[in-house]
Amino acid sequence: MNKLRLIIKREYLARIRNRSFIVMTFMSPMLFIVMLALILWLIQFNATSSDTKVWVLDESAQFEEVFSAQTLSNIELINQLTLDEALAEVAEKEVMGLLYIPKANSVEQSAEGAVMYSKSSFSIQMITPFELAIKSKLEEERLKNLGIDQGQFEEVTRSYSLKNQNYQGELNLKGINEIKAFMGGAFGYLLMMFIIIYGGLVMRSVIEEKSSRIIEVIVSSVKPIELMIGKIVGTTLAGLTQFMIWIGIAFVLFVLLFIGLGLGLDGLFEREQLTLGNDNEAFLQFSQQLEGYIQAVLQFPWESMAFFFMLFFILGYLIYSSLYAAIGAAVDQETDTQQFMFPIVLPLIFAMYIGFISVFDAPHGDIAVFFSIFPFTAPIVMLMRLPFGIGANLVEVWQLILSLILSFTTFLGILWLSAKIYSVGILMHGQKPSLKKIVRWIKS
Amino acid sequence: MKSALIQIDNLTKTYQGFKALDDFSVQIPQASIYGLLGPNGAGKTTLIRILNQIIYADNGTVLFNGHPLNAEDVSQIGYLPEERGLYRNMKIGEQLVYLATLKGMSVEQAKAQLNFWFEKFQIQSWIDKKVSGLSKGMAQKVQFISTVLHRPKLLILDEPFSGFDPVNAEVIKNEIIELKNNGTTVILSTHRMESVQELCDRICLIHQSKKILEGEVHDLQQQAKDRVYHIRLQINENRPALEEFISSCEAIFDVNFTGENKVDLKLNYADKDADAILKDLLSTSSLLHLEDQIPSVQELFVRNIKKHGN
Repeated sequence: MNKLRLIIKREYLARIRNRSFIVMTFMSPMLFIVMLALILWLIQFNATSSDTKVWVLDESAQFEEVFSAQTLSNIELINQLTLDEALAEVAEKEVMGLLYIPKANSVEQSAEGAVMYSKSSFSIQMITPFELAIKSKLEEERLKNLGIDQGQFEEVTRSYSLKNQNYQGELNLKGINEIKAFMGGAFGYLLMMFIIIYGGLVMRSVIEEKSSRIIEVIVSSVKPIELMIGKIVGTTLAGLTQFMIWIGIAFVLFVLLFIGLGLGLDGLFEREQLTLGNDNEAFLQFSQQLEGYIQAVLQFPWESMAFFFMLFFILGYLIYSSLYAAIGAAVDQETDTQQFMFPIVLPLIFAMYIGFISVFDAPHGDIAVFFSIFPFTAPIVMLMRLPFGIGANLVEVWQLILSLILSFTTFLGILWLSAKIYSVGILMHGQKPSLKKIVRWIKS
Repeated sequence: MKSALIQIDNLTKTYQGFKALDDFSVQIPQASIYGLLGPNGAGKTTLIRILNQIIYADNGTVLFNGHPLNAEDVSQIGYLPEERGLYRNMKIGEQLVYLATLKGMSVEQAKAQLNFWFEKFQIQSWIDKKVSGLSKGMAQKVQFISTVLHRPKLLILDEPFSGFDPVNAEVIKNEIIELKNNGTTVILSTHRMESVQELCDRICLIHQSKKILEGEVHDLQQQAKDRVYHIRLQINENRPALEEFISSCEAIFDVNFTGENKVDLKLNYADKDADAILKDLLSTSSLLHLEDQIPSVQELFVRNIKKHGN
């Protein structure tokens, strides 16, 4: 036990002090932020750049009102030019498009004859506002022709939403399942990334001991399995440290953002209000809904979920990192690991797909249940199912227990297998590893 | 023979049908240097790894200090493998303390020993360096210290002199002798026969997973010598009579007359008349040179391996 502690401590310190580890720990959040800022800036840039400017040549003079009222900032009305002149100039001035609305007998006919000229084809996102603008003018015109008052029309088309309650009479929130699935997906993804990053570190640390030839000295002092467990635990602790630092940085940044963009957040609500029109009722409904979602998220069984998250996270990680350790022991250099990587990553990716396809659709359906119990996919798939709750018709207790038992048994099995490969493999040098050879090592 | 620190009885180890050690028995006396010799692939590494409990024998027993070898004993053993190395990116001092604590030493003891050895070798400035900043010879020195730092009763050294220049090899050799004089038992596995000759009290020659020769170096050499005197004489008088006498003696062979009345010859002193023959020879000649040729360890090695077939 004392030796195990020594090994864990050394592995932990060796990881933590590693320069690339330190760089990764502090650079990744920076890079992430820079990337995010870049994306935001690009969106902003796109919105304001002259490239997205559209000229509107409205010969019918019927649509001026809707286009000048438009919040779209990149529209310019040009009525003094003919179509040919405008087309010639558009090409020169690198304006993105020219909306031409011809003069006709009726608004309908004008709209019918309208064409959007552009250098390249417009995206749906770009063309939709123009369609909506023209459509709103048409609606207004049609209502007038039918003799219907605008207020009556709004009364007729008022939206409706069906309430969804559970059998106990509690109100269900629409879309809450999507939120839950998204959260589960995020945790599953986190576990997968954790396995790939830190499992790889375990592997590299094994290879390092092999290639520096210190391994024989070490195993003359400790048992290979002690060394392997020490490596896995030490590296895991280093990984958790890194994660904690990331979470800490994220928290600080979030708070800073919140303070710094306090006004911006108000702005968001204002804009939300704007898109919903100045209809106070709709806004009120929206904010009530938002509050409902927040309430629902806060009402998750966080404690029990956190507990099981931890369990599955740790089990899943242990299963895979002992496999990584075995691979590290079987090879001489990192370049030889490629052939073994795929079989490891495959079930992880498979689990993610299962999660996204079947857990999102039917979180407690047969497929989701099966793969949340099957040990190699269980940690990820179960993590995705857990936010839906534990209980009857949800993640049932027997499923949880069976999954935990199977995962744990698998972990012990893999550990035993890996230890076998490990204890033979670490003393093998200059041999090309093959599955056949590894099977022989296990048998010996 | 002194009492045995290690007693190995009927050790057998098989790898996938290949016998690496076959019914191998040997005793290694306390406070001695024991040479483990044999061609590549003979089974030396297998034996060493069994002693270090890195691998386990299929059959047979190993007694350490009178009791069956167990996991606790690793703290009493220092091992310098042939394939050796250190953590490249760990400070040397930290690394040696880590290795010593893995052998069961306390951190304080390990640090005290570290200072002792680094002072002895005059390398205190290396303590905070990393191995990646050392030359091969320097790293080997550090590696040697790492092997003896926890004051083991048994030291297993596999090619300890490789990588050292002659001066440093001498330093290490003297350290090994000093350790032995202080009661440490040393198992020395090497292909450098002059080191074996110089250092070892006893040797064991392993060939094709079997022990083919074992014993005190001096005894083995005495047993193996061909019992022939190499003699050079100055002929003082009556050369024809001497020539005739020599050719009549069956115990004398390889005769070679050289200029100025000198003769080289070999006398088989296993012959019952050897003493009388020698006396006769010296009655008309004077002795320039007489040598009882003792085979070197190198010769013992080659001769025995040849005898048992490659």
